[in-house]
Amino acid sequence: MLSTLFEGLCFAAATALLAALGGLLVALTIGGWPAISKFGFGFLTSTTWNPVTDIYGAAGPIVGTLVTAAVALLLALPVAGGVAFFLTELCPAPLRRPIGTAVELLAGIPSIVYGMWGLFVFAPFFAKHVEVPLMTAAPSGSIWESLTIGIPNGSGILAASIILAIMILPFMAATLRDLLLSVPAAVRESAYGLGATTSEVVMSVTLPYVRTGAIGAVMLGLGRALGETMAVTFIIGNSHDFPTSMFASGSTIASTIANEFTEATSDVHLSALIALGLVLFVITFAVLALARLLLSRQEHRA
Amino acid sequence: MTDRSNLMIRRRIKNIVFTGFCWAVTALALIALATILWTLVGRGIGGINPDIFILATPAAGSHGGLANAIVGSIMMCAMGMVIALVIGILAGTWLAEYGKGTAYGSVVRFLNDVLLSAPSILVGLFVYEMLVAPFHGFSALAGAVALGLLATPVITRTTEDVLSLQPALLRESGVALGAPLSLVIREVLWRAARGGIITGGLLAFARISGETAPLLFTDLNNQFFEFNPTHQIANLPVVIYNFANGADEGLRQLAWVGALLIAVTVLGVTIVARFLTREQGRS
Amino acid sequence: MNTAPQDLETSIARIDAAQVKVDVRGLDFYYGATQALKSVSLAFARNQVTALIGPSGCGKSTLLRTLNRMYALYPGQKATGEIVIDGENVLGSGVDLARLRARVGMVFQKPTPFPMSVYDNVAYGVRLYENLSKADMDVRVEESLTRAALWDEVKDNLRGSGLGLSGGQQQRLCVARGVAVKPEVLLLDEPTSALDPISSARLEDTISQLKTDHTIVIVTHNLGQAARVSDHTGFMYLGELVEFGPTDAVFTRPATRRTSDYITGRFG
Repeated sequence: MLSTLFEGLCFAAATALLAALGGLLVALTIGGWPAISKFGFGFLTSTTWNPVTDIYGAAGPIVGTLVTAAVALLLALPVAGGVAFFLTELCPAPLRRPIGTAVELLAGIPSIVYGMWGLFVFAPFFAKHVEVPLMTAAPSGSIWESLTIGIPNGSGILAASIILAIMILPFMAATLRDLLLSVPAAVRESAYGLGATTSEVVMSVTLPYVRTGAIGAVMLGLGRALGETMAVTFIIGNSHDFPTSMFASGSTIASTIANEFTEATSDVHLSALIALGLVLFVITFAVLALARLLLSRQEHRA
Repeated sequence: MTDRSNLMIRRRIKNIVFTGFCWAVTALALIALATILWTLVGRGIGGINPDIFILATPAAGSHGGLANAIVGSIMMCAMGMVIALVIGILAGTWLAEYGKGTAYGSVVRFLNDVLLSAPSILVGLFVYEMLVAPFHGFSALAGAVALGLLATPVITRTTEDVLSLQPALLRESGVALGAPLSLVIREVLWRAARGGIITGGLLAFARISGETAPLLFTDLNNQFFEFNPTHQIANLPVVIYNFANGADEGLRQLAWVGALLIAVTVLGVTIVARFLTREQGRS
Repeated sequence: MNTAPQDLETSIARIDAAQVKVDVRGLDFYYGATQALKSVSLAFARNQVTALIGPSGCGKSTLLRTLNRMYALYPGQKATGEIVIDGENVLGSGVDLARLRARVGMVFQKPTPFPMSVYDNVAYGVRLYENLSKADMDVRVEESLTRAALWDEVKDNLRGSGLGLSGGQQQRLCVARGVAVKPEVLLLDEPTSALDPISSARLEDTISQLKTDHTIVIVTHNLGQAARVSDHTGFMYLGELVEFGPTDAVFTRPATRRTSDYITGRFG
């Protein structure tokens, strides 16, 4: 009957989504298998990435991915929190809507725009005003010196992390703001009614109220940072070694795949890149799944 | 001073520091984002001229435009949106009307949300394995499929959300007249949810029109005009990516123009979508 | 108002078999494991208005929704027993639900106009089952809107959206939509609960006129409304039918203590 046909179509569409996700996992596994079976567990720990000898180890990109994402999160979180608190507690009423809208709009700007801005505007600025002063000021032989080794052209791990932070900032700010707005007015007003200051209300009442969801939002930001390609590729320097200094070049999984895929020299090379994709999939899936779990638990509380 | 006033002073200081911090970082964030837009407009607008929309992308050193890339991007986004709308609306309908409360429904909803935030580069790899490697060729079709896969979760979610918002009584009224449920869904509920579904479509379009990474492995690029979807077609994001990294100043200028065009499109569509949401909220 | 109530547990008046349109026999209803209706038996008289009253949660809406098997939309809800309409048990298997609902219409607590024009709203149900010419459909639409006491207010703007009407008008539109398919039975689930007093009064007048062509069952929280509008009244409590009889009798000489307590406001 027509009714069951329609229901069947809807069901098929819903299942297609599942199939796509499953197919993704399968495709990455199949494509990456030659490399994984050839290099074994060493794939994850070796830093050798040599297209000439066809030996590949993913440690460099993996570490680069984790480090840039972690630093970006560290930089973006306080700022996103500050913006969220500002929008919900401190902002004068007429400015609330425009600033909130501005933040949401900026969350939609494509990453390639951030990448270009990073390469052509931020990098020179960063080189001139941060890298060079820090490098010249570091006393020789100290730990600072080893942390600031690198070519002062504004690229590198730290620069990429900063661009990444700016990129995930609007999204996290908007999500945190929505979470804070979900706290019932009665709860906030009771706290203010007891004579608490703004910072006290926020830190001891509203934030704990949405703690689960806030952690979820943070992990969502982390998930985005881990998978970001374009904002990072332009400015990370593309070297596969372990980054040993803040200004050293590095690579992330996404930037490696983006840079080398179309020019992959051999089947092993291609397979190694896909295996990299598989690693990224596992990491982001775990982070995103946990994030969604936390966010939905928050909803059930409210 | 008494202990009590000491405490008050400490609390007040803490509050001032906190408040100051929030004001400061908000200003910082707004300034950073303002400079990005400023740069975009500043560098891009100088290159805007009619040739952009007429001529195809040039080789290094020669004069050209972005017309083939613009057309190609529109083509692929449109094709991707068709895929996403068909699958997304049906899937969202299933989640809201047939699958509510079922275990399978929870699984689908959960995984849909994960797919929503998944790295777009992985989707590109997936479509490469499925559609490019077996057939030994990049194509606009593969690119459209990749974009479609990225847009579908957005539409699924918004469709489900907006259908769930419809009062249960509306659905029951239709059934009470003797109409089969599928007819009520199609003729009454979809109509009632129409505004929200359109908004979801706009947001999905805004998202995919700027995506670069998935296209690198599926469609790549084409220097000239091409309209056959089984071949490679030029597209804006990859053109920007190539030109920005190149050494030629003229090409880099074109890259800025392209970036400006994409940013304007995305912002424009998002603004329209939010305006529509506000209109619907009023009625 | 009432003479001393007798100490009966339940009191169900009989209706003459020839006058019965819907006969409910031993109806049990379950929401999952919870039983919401306990062995309810009563008869609804043809072309009369029967009111179902009782405190929240007593099962009156549940009973109403079994009559057109609306509960079938929700898995986990189940009804056993018999509901016989003109000799056919509509709880049986193999009953065409769509056709049942065309014969037993329903109007809900809140107005639910479809997102279409006033004309299309009224015509919607008709188009499902009948193939009328434009002229015939125009007649049917006008007829239905007149019977719902809405025609004069919308006749100049039939193409306007149904959502643009006021609350009271929207509810009358839903009534028009319901009667357009010429159902034999019309179920009204607290139809005036979302309306202001003036609109409620107009709707009550309409109900009284509709009974010439339909058997009407109305669930209401408003005792005054039940007394004004109905010919028979059933009082329900905790899933059981406690008392049923002519409205006059139930309100002025209730046969059970529970009924008289409810009607006099001792609880509710």
